[in-house]
Amino acid sequence: MSTQKATLQRRPLVKKILEGADDNLLVIAGLGSSNWDITEAGDRPLNMPLWGSMGAPVGMGLGLALAQPKKRVLVITGDGDMLMSLGSLATVAAQQPDNLAIVVLDNEKFGETGNQATHTSPLNNGPTDSGAGTDLAMIAKGCGIADTGTVRDASEVAALVKDVRTKKGPVFRLVKVMVEKLEFVMPPQDGAHLKDRFRQALLGHP
Amino acid sequence: MNASATPDWRDQIFEVLQDHDVKQVYHVPDAGHGRLIEACQRSNSMRTLALTTEEEGIPLAAGAWLGGQRSVLLMQSSGVGNTINLMGMPKTLRFPFLTLITMRGDWGEFNSWQYPMGQATPKVLEAMGVLLYSVETAAEVKATVDAAARSAFNGGQAVAVLLRQKLIGIKNFGKK
Repeated sequence: MSTQKATLQRRPLVKKILEGADDNLLVIAGLGSSNWDITEAGDRPLNMPLWGSMGAPVGMGLGLALAQPKKRVLVITGDGDMLMSLGSLATVAAQQPDNLAIVVLDNEKFGETGNQATHTSPLNNGPTDSGAGTDLAMIAKGCGIADTGTVRDASEVAALVKDVRTKKGPVFRLVKVMVEKLEFVMPPQDGAHLKDRFRQALLGHP
Repeated sequence: MNASATPDWRDQIFEVLQDHDVKQVYHVPDAGHGRLIEACQRSNSMRTLALTTEEEGIPLAAGAWLGGQRSVLLMQSSGVGNTINLMGMPKTLRFPFLTLITMRGDWGEFNSWQYPMGQATPKVLEAMGVLLYSVETAAEVKATVDAAARSAFNGGQAVAVLLRQKLIGIKNFGKK
């Protein structure tokens, strides 16, 4: 557990991760902040931003990665979402998809509900802001994902982008990001539309 | 037709899933589905995924469909409760979803702990907008699973087939 203050900002970071995204990159984002993050980077048909279904992104990414082994599948989600589906990391490890990367943007808060501490917050952070110091990268490793890492510093971002875009998967990266108040940047909300445009772009039919 | 020449209903389900080009098979360990799971594991055309909880099966199915593949979730009625929140995904995203459920707490069940979820299974699935088919006899299995797969993959529905305990047999833990 580290108590050092996060310095990375999620929006420019996600923009860098998605820079130059082409038809080879399939992106799934968890509900809330991660959804707005990928949308600010540029809404595109091969983005699947979730507006609900907390705990679903990693499973969706795995099903998609197995169905499309020649494409790169990137899951971007937050610590709260990841904490709700820890078992899915073991299921990923059991399948070892070499085209799947998971990025967890960890601000140690439930951003959409008022920045309450998640379990990734430090243990002794005060009466209303205490977590457990949960280390999601260590959990991913313990689940059997060999290639995990934690990114805290701007100097590590270039390597992060390269790893999650190109390195043999499954790749898991925990990125410690600042708590920020950011503008909502919303993609279309209709789930059927998001799914149909994704399939149209990927498969040529809805 | 003589009984020994009749194919096992679980083998018939495997054939139906193959006929419908199901590529990803999600499961937890289950005695009722055991023979089917093993057949899928031996198949060259199917990928089987063991889950930590049944809930994982729904987003996996959504992801598979996004990528152009059909899937099936094999579970026991005791696992249905784990899936209910995410069971909203097929409705929200409108993607085909097929699940085959072996029932417990249903017909002469010995274990009292199985009754609450077993008895609630049809009701909670119905509440989430899942289409229900039910099978009590081996002779109806093939046609029912085939119809369910058609409703899902051709009709775009979320469909559950309840394989009733009368069909599967009562687990008696060695008691008479």
